[in-house]
Amino acid sequence: MSVPFYVSPEQIMRDKADFARKGIARGRSVVVVQYADGIAFIAENPSRALHKISELYDRIGFAAVGKYNEFESLRVAGVRLADMRGYSYDRSDVTGRSLANAYAQTLGTIFTETAKPFEVELVVAEVGASSADDQLYRLMFDGSVSDESGFVAMGGSAERINTALSEAYTEGMSLADAVALASRVLADHGDEQPRSLVPQQLEVAVLDRLKPRRAFVRLDNARLSTILGS
Amino acid sequence: MTPPTGLPAAYGLTGSASFVEFLSALHPDQLPGSSGTTGMTAPHGTTIVALRTADGVVMAGDRRATMGNIIAQHDIEKVFTADDYSVIGIAGTAGLAVELVRLFQVELEHYEKIEGVSLSLDGKANRLASMLRGQLGLALQGLAVVPLFAGYDTARGLGRIFSYDVTGGRYEEHDFFAVGSGSAFARGSLKKLFRTGSSTEDAVRTALEALYDAADDDSATGGPDVTRGIYPVVGVVDATGARILGDSEVGPMVDQMLVSRRQPRDPAHGGGAS
Repeated sequence: MSVPFYVSPEQIMRDKADFARKGIARGRSVVVVQYADGIAFIAENPSRALHKISELYDRIGFAAVGKYNEFESLRVAGVRLADMRGYSYDRSDVTGRSLANAYAQTLGTIFTETAKPFEVELVVAEVGASSADDQLYRLMFDGSVSDESGFVAMGGSAERINTALSEAYTEGMSLADAVALASRVLADHGDEQPRSLVPQQLEVAVLDRLKPRRAFVRLDNARLSTILGS
Repeated sequence: MTPPTGLPAAYGLTGSASFVEFLSALHPDQLPGSSGTTGMTAPHGTTIVALRTADGVVMAGDRRATMGNIIAQHDIEKVFTADDYSVIGIAGTAGLAVELVRLFQVELEHYEKIEGVSLSLDGKANRLASMLRGQLGLALQGLAVVPLFAGYDTARGLGRIFSYDVTGGRYEEHDFFAVGSGSAFARGSLKKLFRTGSSTEDAVRTALEALYDAADDDSATGGPDVTRGIYPVVGVVDATGARILGDSEVGPMVDQMLVSRRQPRDPAHGGGAS
């Protein structure tokens, strides 16, 4: 007769969190930075088709790290929620806060109720009328959400990148400076040989405050080369 | 167990990139006309014309909505951009038509966001056809919606026009087309005035002339209202994208057209001053 081992709830949660953290740490990082005229998303992502950055709604963008199939299903659900809400109420009623809330609830439920937590971290960003109105929400694998300002880094080397960003980031940077800074901190792997990222290794998109309706724009290689070359 | 603010479980299911299919499965009450209203007293929109140009297409619609013999609205808008490279104009039951356009716009954008690429122009035209097919029951109740769809085919580098019937039949038109109560007169006008490979500006003038001719003979189509400054809504699509022209662009063209159409009064008809 075997009696099942008693495992304390603390231990279960710790194990799940460690598992999720390890999964996230294996992936490459993503940086989200506010610049003068909007919010820039910069990811190290050699794939042209499997995006880590995406548009959720007119003024709202999404960035993720971790397991692709998991954050992709969250992204699709977010687009559906946003379009559903915008269609049944009004486009102006879709907010970054409500999407971040929905993601937080969903991630929280998955973390506590299923055996395997999602190995993902998300950023939901909404560009406002001025940089003071911009919103950056960072969502962890357990559903915890934090309201950031200025910049956010997620992924394997998030802590080191956040430290590097806090030293070099200044408010009201130009887009070129912000992208150059992000690609520099993403390239720096601490102990490894110094390297630099070429446009083909980067996925970059912006929420451009000055665009009238849909603010989300992907920057192609040509535009990135001009930005990084200067 | 998901709290009401979380993402409903069905939102995370694998499915197609179609917003209409998503809506029909989960929120059918939100589909246009799902309340099953009947009645012929709903406002109707009238004439839309579209024609190809050297660079793409031009679409224009008058501003009148009628309810029997009553003019329900003087400044209704019946031509809209559907997405970055297409425009849609609507004739028929105004309430349903405007809702159909709104759903179609979300449908195209939803696909683009989920798949990461836009639908082809043929794909967009087919999606609209299947949306209309879903409305056949309403059409049989007298609540018909007849759209006209036009866009710039980025793969082939030319403008194309698609017309529809209430059963969802989709027909590609060459050169020009018109829908709505005044369409017979507008088409006659276009037949005489259309020139292959004309500039966008000339095509806009032709479209304005055709709408004027339609308004001349069809009481449900409104002519340009210079006293209130209400001009036809004109949409233009070319390689640079789709846009709706502002009144500051359309107004002077309408004024020129009215001046060129002004005729000296003929005393023989008794209308002369002296």
